[in-house]
Amino acid sequence: MAQDGILPGSGSEERVEAPGETAGQTGGTVHPGPSRPGADEPVQLIDSSGVRHPHDHYDALVADVDGPALQKLYEDMVVVRRIDAEATALQRQGELALWPPLLGQEAAQIGSGRALRSDDFVFSSYRENAVAYCRGVDLADILRVWRGNASSGWDPYTINMATPQVIIGAQTLHATGYAMGILNDGADAVAVTYFGDGATSQGDVNEAMVFAASYQAPVVFFCQNNHWAISEPVGLQAHVPIARRAPGFGIPSVRVDGNDVLACLAVTREALARARSGGGPTFIEAVTYRMGPHTTADDPTRYRDANELEDWAARDPLARLATLLDSRGLLEADYTDAVKAKADAVAAELREGCLSMPEPAPSDVFRHVYSEPNSWLERQQDHYERYLASFTPAPQEGPR
Amino acid sequence: MSTMTFGRAINAGLRRAMDNDPKVVLMGEDIGKLGGVFRITDGLQKDFGPHRVLDSPLAEAGIMGTAVGMAYRGYRPVVEIQFDGFIYPAFDQIVCQVAKLHYRTQGAVKMPITIRVPFGGGIGSPEHHSESPEAYFTHTSGLRVVSVSNPQDAYTMIQQAIASDDPVLYFEPKRRYHVKGEVDEAADPASSDMGAARVVTEGTDVTLVTYGPLVPTARDAAVAASDDGTSIEVIDLRSLAPIDFATVEASVRKTGRLVVTHEAAQSGGLGAEIAASITERCFDYLEHAPVRITGFDIPYPYSKLEFHHLPDLDRILDGVDRVMRRPNSLSGLEGAPTPQGAAQ
Repeated sequence: MAQDGILPGSGSEERVEAPGETAGQTGGTVHPGPSRPGADEPVQLIDSSGVRHPHDHYDALVADVDGPALQKLYEDMVVVRRIDAEATALQRQGELALWPPLLGQEAAQIGSGRALRSDDFVFSSYRENAVAYCRGVDLADILRVWRGNASSGWDPYTINMATPQVIIGAQTLHATGYAMGILNDGADAVAVTYFGDGATSQGDVNEAMVFAASYQAPVVFFCQNNHWAISEPVGLQAHVPIARRAPGFGIPSVRVDGNDVLACLAVTREALARARSGGGPTFIEAVTYRMGPHTTADDPTRYRDANELEDWAARDPLARLATLLDSRGLLEADYTDAVKAKADAVAAELREGCLSMPEPAPSDVFRHVYSEPNSWLERQQDHYERYLASFTPAPQEGPR
Repeated sequence: MSTMTFGRAINAGLRRAMDNDPKVVLMGEDIGKLGGVFRITDGLQKDFGPHRVLDSPLAEAGIMGTAVGMAYRGYRPVVEIQFDGFIYPAFDQIVCQVAKLHYRTQGAVKMPITIRVPFGGGIGSPEHHSESPEAYFTHTSGLRVVSVSNPQDAYTMIQQAIASDDPVLYFEPKRRYHVKGEVDEAADPASSDMGAARVVTEGTDVTLVTYGPLVPTARDAAVAASDDGTSIEVIDLRSLAPIDFATVEASVRKTGRLVVTHEAAQSGGLGAEIAASITERCFDYLEHAPVRITGFDIPYPYSKLEFHHLPDLDRILDGVDRVMRRPNSLSGLEGAPTPQGAAQ
């Protein structure tokens, strides 16, 4: 595995294989820097061929994950993949303006998302729809912003998850500040922030790590290294594995196979426990792959090699768990039928929620800019309403 | 009533806000033990503890972004930006997050953040320490912007800004920090409105609109003009976004003449907005086009030249002469109004 000398444009710099190398490590979570051989090797509990490998340290963190729990994780991943496919279809059918697919990143998001407590608070980017699913979001709310019916989808306090952040990396500071508030409150909740490999180049992300370390804030930095920031390969953002940066800030870090749902669950649980017990922040780099385009407006064939896609398809997060379940007799037809029925039902609910979404009223354009009355805005609204009223009959959607 | 400096009045207002609401936290560089480079937060960390008065790492975007997170958690952060020229690293968090989160979340998330900014020139400082960046923020929907000009307003309006559920930029004229004035510490902040402009001196010939550091200068100009028989009505805007145009409009309907003065550069500045809005609202009452007396469209100059850049009493009076159609520095210029001698 190449560790140094990654040239911009070289694309993926690592291969998530050879699980045996990590198995011998104990307590292999605190990244010591590049000096320790094997420390850059992602934590892996289920390899890409679906074989479960024992791990001295992380097995204990997922000891409760029995057959039915594994089946539930699989169901989650199938359902969110289906949500993703349905939303992509809705975009192609003209019902959504845009959609950012998470295809390939299901394990990273479900594994981490299922580790959270309801009083934890998530600050994500715009691709964490599987995390929102874990938080219990109303399905149509995921689509609201992409349909253009609202500037974001849900009330963050109902599911303890901020609505998607579009400014790259900005949310990491919000999570850190929220965690500082948790500290002040004397609570044991944790703020968890999701961002990508591209975001790690942003000043905000680096400042967030400075603040998190300085105040020992209970925040988990969950970086999904999906190898691509639109067309820019991760090698353009970082010349060393991204997880190596955090120790420089005084933050322990861990690399995890982001396509291994069990490993993602394990490392996130460990980070959350550290934060709850006063141990401060943790940085997790989940090494995964964006199998689809950046958004439905993107064309990855212009910048990405088809062979690379094939390589990563062989490490699919769902396929490997299916293989593992099958090997344990947990993939019988009645189970897979039930999973399929669930995914179908969720997709139908999503579509119905999308198509039946109420249209905003013209005057909504002025709503919620301020929480208190504002004389400038009131005047503009008054004038615009007079203008609209000057039409006979008044147009439903304003002037052409 | 007690007499205190401008700076002490802000300190007293902060203290009262912190006493009244345990969710009020202060964040900023050097604001703890040192009490801030201007000592505005002097003694507050000692009295309220380091969890209420946070010395921040030296990163303005980080301070603003973590303040957003604190607000998400239910706190009312008061952020100190050490100097006006240091606010730009935080610009993205202010404009894209602080200003927009209430709109983005359809009112679910409030951002009751107060951003204190010592601003303006006149203190002989090097670059980045004397700027007037208020127009960037008055142009940003979702923010409220205020500027204070005297100890009483400083005391009351800092509390009103903190109490507001909307984010407020609170611009403090640093060259007036040591000015003393009477402050009624018992005044209830809820009994007045920081959005309302204040008529500083009444007059009948010219409306002179300003805010922050130039309010005392404008008042002095009004006194000097009265010696020449010109009656100037000075308005301290106090709120820069939104501007209380009703008060300005009522004054201009009376005087028929408008001069706006601010330290900030002219083009695209608040003076332009005020001139345009007042012209739209009461064009038929104007005896002369509104005139702006402002800083030039230059980077803030080195200190030996700063008093050429900053509007002063004489430049303001020259503007008054223009709207009064008296001989003035632009008399005879093509496109400039023709002098008609004495006022009508």
